[in-house]
Amino acid sequence: MSSAGFELGGNHLTRRRRVNLGMEMLAWLAATIALAVLGIMVYAVAGRGSSELNLDLITKQPIPFSLTNAPQGLSNAFAGTIVLVAFATAMALPVGILVAVYLNEFAPPSIRNGVTLILDILNGVPAIVIGIFVYGLLVLGNGQSGFAGSFALACLMLPLVARATMEVLVLVPNSLREAALGLGIARWRTTLSIVLPQTIGGILTGTVLAVARVAGETAPLLFTSSLVGNKPSWNPAHALQSIPVAIFELSESPDPKDHARAWAAAFVLLLFILFASLGARWLALRSRRKLTAR
Amino acid sequence: MSSVDAAAEAPRRPFTGRRVRFGDLVLQLVAGAAALATTVLVGLIIWKVIDGARLSLSKYGLGFVTRIAWNPVPGHELYGAASFLFGTAVTSFSALLLATPLAIGIALFLTELAPRPLQAPVTALVETLAAIPSVVIGLWGILVLGPALRDHVEPTLHSVLGFIPLFGPKGAGPSVFTAIVVLTIMILPIVASISRELFLGVPHELKEGALALGTTRWEMVRGVMFPYARGGIAAALILGFGRAIGEAIAVTQVIGGGVFIHWNLFGTGDTLGAKIAASYQGASTNLQASSLIYLGLILLVFSLIVNLAAQWVVRRSARKHGIVRGGRA
Repeated sequence: MSSAGFELGGNHLTRRRRVNLGMEMLAWLAATIALAVLGIMVYAVAGRGSSELNLDLITKQPIPFSLTNAPQGLSNAFAGTIVLVAFATAMALPVGILVAVYLNEFAPPSIRNGVTLILDILNGVPAIVIGIFVYGLLVLGNGQSGFAGSFALACLMLPLVARATMEVLVLVPNSLREAALGLGIARWRTTLSIVLPQTIGGILTGTVLAVARVAGETAPLLFTSSLVGNKPSWNPAHALQSIPVAIFELSESPDPKDHARAWAAAFVLLLFILFASLGARWLALRSRRKLTAR
Repeated sequence: MSSVDAAAEAPRRPFTGRRVRFGDLVLQLVAGAAALATTVLVGLIIWKVIDGARLSLSKYGLGFVTRIAWNPVPGHELYGAASFLFGTAVTSFSALLLATPLAIGIALFLTELAPRPLQAPVTALVETLAAIPSVVIGLWGILVLGPALRDHVEPTLHSVLGFIPLFGPKGAGPSVFTAIVVLTIMILPIVASISRELFLGVPHELKEGALALGTTRWEMVRGVMFPYARGGIAAALILGFGRAIGEAIAVTQVIGGGVFIHWNLFGTGDTLGAKIAASYQGASTNLQASSLIYLGLILLVFSLIVNLAAQWVVRRSARKHGIVRGGRA
């Protein structure tokens, strides 16, 4: 530990104390800066968004290039985000859980390590690259669709759900598995009706966090579900507008009225994500306590 | 491998009538298929991106990477990635440079300094910062942060440090500098929360031993905690860097665009991700579309390298300390 470079003689005590104090103050400062940035950002979004926040935002559709002051909203974006995220969850949740079950309950260590690495790699692929991948896979030749958009979102959710499930599966005590197998219960029944139910809290936490993450994703949808109409649509066979893509487009508009709606939509999105994160945190605490209380 | 599994399991359940249960086989097959599908998905991503870039790859080869050009006018088409690579490198490295000391400071504050009642809420708030969608950060960046930096911070920096070419005269609004600040905000919570977990993992005996020898708190941090967590922090920084190079939306909202290389942080610029995102409304020619996907391919290669490097660092330091940690963004 020669790199440590501190001498323990008493001669430099004042200097050492002063350095220590300085460093402690810098750490306080760093934490203050982070909280200040968060505060400033949330304040800006809440302050600008809340004034525009009314029922029109959810019920009225946008009127591009409107010269009148007719009330506009983003009903198409709200409907689209609900459909896109619902389909993405329906695709990613079962596959993610199954991957985790396979890796934790069945796979030999070498495959377990390999697929875990693959999940990490998938988690690290930039969202915009997922977007152009799905563009090449599903959009070229068929055109944009809600399905393509939700498949892109599902690619982002999959590693999150699988990782979260694996983390809670590890917490399930082996004695539970052994007791079930010892009673002569088949391994698949043990896994599905004894091990998995223990992890529902953790899986739910992971899913809520993944939903919160993809509900705010813009990049995967730009190439897969962004060329949309203004009428709200629930049909995933057509391209669907989404809240993040709407914010993205409105933020680049020169019209302050568009900015106002972007702030309002951002405020709604932020509220949803904050509540989802808080809810997930609460769920995680509860399920962890249940799993480790034994 | 199912036969190996069955052989290993056989003595543990002597009362089963059949040797391999049908249900076990089905569950293992279905779950195994899901794992296989995940692996295939990653392969498919790599193949599809290479496939989409093929036209540009065969026309330009590796020369694409070193050329500064983006001219979609039919007849004069010419594309290159050099200016976007430059922009990506400048923004990501600068963001990492700003975020590293801040993130480590936050992690030290949370583990060593914060009064107990503050620890949990501040940790939660820092993680909340990571949950804010990039498009919302970008919206704030383009409408609030950008103008504020342009009117207040950039002129000050220019007048004080103007002799360094980085701090040139201020531009119209969008700037590389705004993008750097936005990226810093985005990678800060990632690096901070991983570092915090690493610091929490430093054994108490080591910390208390150092303090008992008469070190100050900072000397203990420098002499015990940093060396212990070094590998993990390196991995966290690599992951943060990966996040910064891959971010497209927030950057494209604030950076302004442009196909050139210059050192003035207050001018506009462009990155790989931002260029792709900005072109979402369609490319006029196949070659342009293919060149955009080529940019994505470069990004994909970077993200693979970054992730594998982080994994390698984590595994190496885990072996050294005998701890196993997952490297997650």
